[in-house]
Amino acid sequence: MSARGSATTVPVRAAKGVLLTVCCALIIVPFVGIVSTSLSTREQIVRSGGFVVIPDEVTFAAYRALFTGGVVPRAVAVSVFITLVGTALSLASTTLLAYGLSRPGSFAHRPVLMVVVGALLFTPGIIPGYLTIDLLGLIDSYWAVILPAVVSAFNVVILRAFFMEIPSELVESARIDGASDGQIFARIVLPLSRAVLSVIGLFYAVGYWNAFFSALLYLNDAAKWPVQLVLRTYVVNQQQLGVDQVGTADLPPQEALQMAILVISIVPILLVYPFIQRHFTKGVLVGAVKG
Amino acid sequence: MARPLDRPRRDRFLLLAILPGLGLLLTFHYLPLLGNVIAFKDFQPYLGLADSPWVGLSNFRVLVEGDPLFLTALGNTMVIMLLQIGIVFTLPIGLALLLDSLLSERLKRTVQTILYLPHFLSWVIVISIFNELLGGSGPINTFLRQHDLGTIDIVGNAAVFKELVTGQVLWKEAGWAMILFLAALSRIDPELYEASAVDGAGRLRQMWHVTLPGLRSVIVLLLILRLGDALTVGFEQIILQQQAVGIRASEVLDTYVYNNGIVRSDWGVSAAVGLVKGLVGVALVLGANKLAHVFGEAGLYRREAR
Repeated sequence: MSARGSATTVPVRAAKGVLLTVCCALIIVPFVGIVSTSLSTREQIVRSGGFVVIPDEVTFAAYRALFTGGVVPRAVAVSVFITLVGTALSLASTTLLAYGLSRPGSFAHRPVLMVVVGALLFTPGIIPGYLTIDLLGLIDSYWAVILPAVVSAFNVVILRAFFMEIPSELVESARIDGASDGQIFARIVLPLSRAVLSVIGLFYAVGYWNAFFSALLYLNDAAKWPVQLVLRTYVVNQQQLGVDQVGTADLPPQEALQMAILVISIVPILLVYPFIQRHFTKGVLVGAVKG
Repeated sequence: MARPLDRPRRDRFLLLAILPGLGLLLTFHYLPLLGNVIAFKDFQPYLGLADSPWVGLSNFRVLVEGDPLFLTALGNTMVIMLLQIGIVFTLPIGLALLLDSLLSERLKRTVQTILYLPHFLSWVIVISIFNELLGGSGPINTFLRQHDLGTIDIVGNAAVFKELVTGQVLWKEAGWAMILFLAALSRIDPELYEASAVDGAGRLRQMWHVTLPGLRSVIVLLLILRLGDALTVGFEQIILQQQAVGIRASEVLDTYVYNNGIVRSDWGVSAAVGLVKGLVGVALVLGANKLAHVFGEAGLYRREAR
């Protein structure tokens, strides 16, 4: 038994409990309130000052109105497109680049590594970034949001370190059996890296889903807005959602609509969160080398 | 004797693998870096970057002559930076110590899972949540009004904007920042605690002589990394709230570059400010790293002795 925590007195333990409960409540209560408000009736929202903690009566009117048509379904489709295409491209190019750099002494290894590390140190500014996108003719294109985010030098460095940790016995024995670099990559390296790749993929996906500034900067056409920009316009800036923005003339209360948009933007994150969590601590290489 | 093309031919798969990622980095990372030449030009959109006239360092004049808007941005950035390094950096260390002292692994894991969830939410979501809870018609103010107590004016109040921004960062990132400290704490050898207990050290002495030295290298590492973005204080977070509180209270260097450059089309000056800001960041990282080496810490990287 370590000395840590063993000799605490009752008041100390109570204080810790209270402190941690408060910290957790500060995070959980807002979530519960947002979901509850999005499911509440007009009378109850008015009664409780725009924020309901536990609804007496549950109604899905806000979600029905938002999903009948108008801005939200379109924005969700845009965000899903950006997230799926972006994550696929990110995983492919990050994995290949990291593998290409995983053998010191290979041709052009050092200069390319310098390029990657340099990208970590020097981030391009807002103005030159905008000019580049403009030069490439990508203003108002989804590619302007996707392409600059495809390769994160940080993820390349992490993944490269992981590839280099793969026991050389595995690689050498495959090479003796006549496997080429491509076969080693596909048959040995990739299967061993499934856990790391899923964590990196999820981080990329969360990044694309959350992309706000690049969309604000490069997508002027409101019809191309992803969820985050819709959220800014109708929730942060409080612009009214009217008949033109939702699919029905029978408008639910603004608060419920706003909170429903918020819930829609949070749900995908909550869905992938347990996977990120699980892979975090998982040992990956266990069992790859026996004996 | 090896022919010159032997190595590229041998490594052709690796070379092909490198290409897509390298191309993207060069196009979307290094090409914009080259675009920084705009800082030395009087950019005319109809002439294009190449044909716009060179103006030497005149775009940088704003940095030394003290344009009032630039000074406001610089001042706000400094205040927010100090608040963030003072509070947002240190509080997670305390949180990690608190969590580490819990005995139940299950409880530890649950609390951790809850605390770092907000890290994955976008700034738009976080600010929506804050506005909803703390705004004039939010639940807290409604409660205060219903009980005839004075309302608290937080959202859209320029006087407390920097505190609000700090609170938001804390809510979003404290749990996430805590993870690395927790990992470092779990690597401290329990025998050190036992040995110090045998020597008669109380909990405070253990904290001072065992726990904090165990955390020192990770604290130094994170502080160096933080210094690199010291001048980057929540661009998305602030731009989202600027309408509500006004420029005076909320302009920071990044929003200045955006507002002055993209919105008001003063490209050259904005790029100059952005360039200097980036260079200061690099200098801070390298300088802090060198300082860490002087004090015998590993820091960010160590030049390998070869």
